[in-house]
Formats: sequence, structure tokens, C-alpha cells
Amino acid sequence: MIRLLQIEGIKLWNSRSSRVLIIAYFCLLISIALISVIKFDIGQIQIHLADQGIFNFPFIWHFNTYVAAFFKLFLAIIIVSMISNEYSNKTIKQNLIDGLSKKEFIMSKFLTVIVFSAVSTAFVFIVSLLLGLAYSDYTEFSIVFSQLDYLIAFFVKLMGFFSFCMFLGMLIKKSAFALGFLILWQAFEGIIYGLLRWKTNANIADSVSNLLPLDAMSNLIKEPATRMSAVQSVASQLGEELSKDYGVHWYEILIVLVWTFIFVYSSYLILKKRDL
Amino acid sequence: METILTINNLTKKFGYLTAVSDLSFTIEKGNVYGILGPNGSGKSTTLGIVLNVVNKTSGDFHWFDGKTSTHEALKKVGAIIERPNFYPYMSAEQNLRLVCKIKEVSDSKIREKLELVGLYDRKDSKFRTFSLGMKQRLAIASALLNDPEILILDEPTNGLDPQGIHQIRQLIKEIAAGGTTILLASHLLDEVEKVCSHVVILRKGVKLYSGRVDEMIASHGFLELRSEQKEELITLLNNSELFSNVNAENGIIKAFLRRPLEADEFNKIAFEKGIVLSHLVKRKESLEEQFLTLTNNHSN
Repeated sequence: MIRLLQIEGIKLWNSRSSRVLIIAYFCLLISIALISVIKFDIGQIQIHLADQGIFNFPFIWHFNTYVAAFFKLFLAIIIVSMISNEYSNKTIKQNLIDGLSKKEFIMSKFLTVIVFSAVSTAFVFIVSLLLGLAYSDYTEFSIVFSQLDYLIAFFVKLMGFFSFCMFLGMLIKKSAFALGFLILWQAFEGIIYGLLRWKTNANIADSVSNLLPLDAMSNLIKEPATRMSAVQSVASQLGEELSKDYGVHWYEILIVLVWTFIFVYSSYLILKKRDL
Repeated sequence: METILTINNLTKKFGYLTAVSDLSFTIEKGNVYGILGPNGSGKSTTLGIVLNVVNKTSGDFHWFDGKTSTHEALKKVGAIIERPNFYPYMSAEQNLRLVCKIKEVSDSKIREKLELVGLYDRKDSKFRTFSLGMKQRLAIASALLNDPEILILDEPTNGLDPQGIHQIRQLIKEIAAGGTTILLASHLLDEVEKVCSHVVILRKGVKLYSGRVDEMIASHGFLELRSEQKEELITLLNNSELFSNVNAENGIIKAFLRRPLEADEFNKIAFEKGIVLSHLVKRKESLEEQFLTLTNNHSN
């Protein structure tokens, strides 16, 4: 396993463009901390985001994992190109000739996906912990380390998404087309949802779209905006009751894990059946 | 003798096209093999199948004693297919380090092999800056990293300039002299003739011949003759039981022997018939002539 990671490490780290992207990605993750200095100054009203309770434990776990997940697109580019480059340089052929099995090839890519997801999760954990300790109103141990399931959801979400990217790279072989297909797929899921909503009812549409890969991933961590105290208080003043289930559910994680397995295994099947 | 590769009834179809048809041969340790055939005869497909990058349609093959899986066996094989494939953004040394990781051998041989192919002074240059000849030499260094049981080369001199071709051939000869088994696929006959002891000839995916190069055609050679009395000579040759085929080209008559016969014996026969020869040579067909004879026979 270490050997497979070393192989992938040599390939990635010696490429300047992927090195720059990886570093940029992790810098961006750290830059979440910059949210803390955002201040809106609208005449009489001064809003300092950090004072709005977004860095309160345990809400910060929800908020930061949600925001950090947007940056995953950076790594998606790396994942797709690390597969498609193997095809365009024909190095995948040479790797197999040199004695890497097809299973090992897929495993080396998937292990890289896991490492990227795990390191991202660790980064988000550390940044959030430090931000929280600096700004949170509550710093009791039991509160700080509650609702950590958002981090699990974050890890699973990234792993699922990157596995999807890997699968698209294997399937399409060209990075630009694979990324294009990713966007197309997102639109496709939207259309399915719209059609179901139109033909049946919201309940069926919701439960079906929750099964589709990208929706299932985005569903893992729900938007935290309406959970913020400021938004809640505005809503209640308007007589609107915002009640929503923001939790992470085991079955949502399971759906994404099943998709991850499907993507990785199909990647293997594609490679197995294909004549290089 | 130790067997390195056994192929049994291997077939590969691409849709309607049969690229390799019912191919069987074995490769023994210590020999230099050539796979010979025109472009599109199934050489690269055959190599692709045994190297785990092309899926067979039917038949089977196994490496060594057949007890190890193909990818484990490939760690003891060095192979280059068509073009040298490396990561363009990595230096020669980094690329070789990666191959060492894949083959699970130590990095210690990198320097030795780079020196062997004359690239040590360019070890830190990126692969994409190399000329085709250098790329091909790097590929050979990479294939030798594990001191392989067998070195497989697919058209190693394709696209190279004469100097590059010479360097690669020299390298192959040195490696062969060291006792490494070599399998060389080529459509260049003189290449195979110069380095190989055994040959497998393919045409449209069908094996025409496999065996030693010098036993390729059950032939006793032919006589090249010239005489002032051309008509009489041809009549004599045609009426004789000794020759299977007689043809005249540019004033030289070629008579193909049906059974062993030395030049001096024929000289005697001719002189007894009153024909004086001005030119008499006994020759064996070159590989090129043998190859054409073989492929022609099968197309008829």
C-alpha cells in the first residue's frame, strides 16, 4: 500500500502544475480563517461575521465543512488530470508492462483520493478548532467536540466526489471532456429532479434525487446559512418558522459510500476490459 | 532447457478483424528471437497480450513455469513497446526511480544502466527535452533496471536516424552477448538477420514459420551461373532432376537445388556436356529472399 502511494506521489509531486494546484488548494482551506476578518459596514449597522456566532462550537463544524467543500473542485482537476495524463502519455501502458497490475493501478489512484480527502479533513479540523477557540462563545470540551459527524460527512463527501472524478477520467480519458461531463452530469441531475417534481410530488422527487451521486454528496452537509442565529431571528420577526433537519444521517453516508464503491469498481472494470 | 514464455493457440479479434490467429510458440532461455512480419501482421498485438495490456480473445499463455501471475512475472521482464512512454515532466532519473518502485527493485542500478546507454550526463534533464534516439535509449535502460530474464523490444529502431539505429543495434548486441534472452519484433529483415538466432514469422496474424533462422526453408541453396552458351545451359538445367526452379535475370541464371550438390560437381557435369561456365557460385538465400518466398507461398 505504501509502495502504491509512493508511486503516485512521485508522479504527482514531480509535476509542477499539480504541485502548484495542491499547494493552492491547501492554502485556500486555510484561508477559511479569513472569513473571521470580514466586516460589513453599512452606515449605522456594523456586521462583523465573526461576532455572528458562525464560529461558535459546534456550529463551526457545520459551517466550515460546508464552505471548505467548495474548494474540492481544485483537487477534482488534479484527480481528473492524473488519470487522463496517464492515457495521453501512454504511461498507463508502460506501468502495466513494467509489472503493475490493473488492480494496483486503480488502488494507487484510489489511495491518493483517500489521502487527499483525509488530509483535507484534517486541515479543516485544525483550522476550525483554532478559529473556534479564538472566537467561540463556548469552549467547554464537551461542546467543542460535539457534532464531529460533520467532519466524517466531509471526508465521505470528498472521497465520493474524487472517486467520481477518477471514474470520469478513466471513462473519458481526456481531462477537459471529463470535467465538462461532470458539469453536464450536475445539470442532468437537476433536470431529473425537475421532471420528477413536475410529474410526481416533492417527496418522490426529493428521495430519488437524494440517491443520485452528486445530489447525495451535496446532501451530506446541508446549507448552514438558515441555521445562523442572525438569519433565524430575522425570519422569526417576519413570522416565518425555519425548521430544518441539519443533521448528518447514516443512510446519507451509506448512499455516498455505495457510489464510491461503484465508481472505483467500474474504473477497474473499464481498465480490465480495455485494450490499451 | 528453461522455458520463458509459452503461447498456446492465442487468438485476438478486433471486431471482424482477426489480428492474431491461433498462434503458438515457446521462448527458451538464452536465445535471441525475432518476430518478423510486415506492418499489421499482429506482432505488437501478440506482445501486447503477453504484456498484459491487450485482452486475448481465446487461447492462453504463461510466463516461466506458469505459477506466477502475469504482472508478477512482468517484474522479471524488461519490455519496450512501440514508442518510449515516460512522464514528460520528469527527469530521466526520476522516471527510472518510478520504474524501480513499480518493479520493486532498489534504486542502486539506475546509475549503472544510465551509463550503459550513455545518458548519465543527462540524468537530470526532463524527458520531454530528449531526442527520439535518447528516449529510446532511456527506455532500454528502464527495461534493464531489474536485470530481466528476457528483454522484449518492439521495433526499437523505428523512426531513428542511422546513427541512432546503429547505437541501438550495438546496444542490443552487447545485451545479447551478456546472455540475456531477447525477443525482437521487427519488420526489418536485416535487423532480425543480424541479431537473432530464432525467428517467428507472422503474416496477417497467422504463424508461417517458427524455428532457427538458418533452417527457415528446407533449402539446399541455389547456383548462380553464367555462360556464353546460355541456351544450352538452360536446357541442361531444365532437363536435370537436380533443380526445382530455373530463372534468368540480367544474364545471370539462378538454379534452385532440389538436393545437396556442390559447385564443383555441377561444373563437372556442365563441362561433360560441353558447356563452359564463366561464372559459378553456390549461395544460400538471404533472410529477405526466404521471407518473400514464405509469404508468397502462403498468399497463393
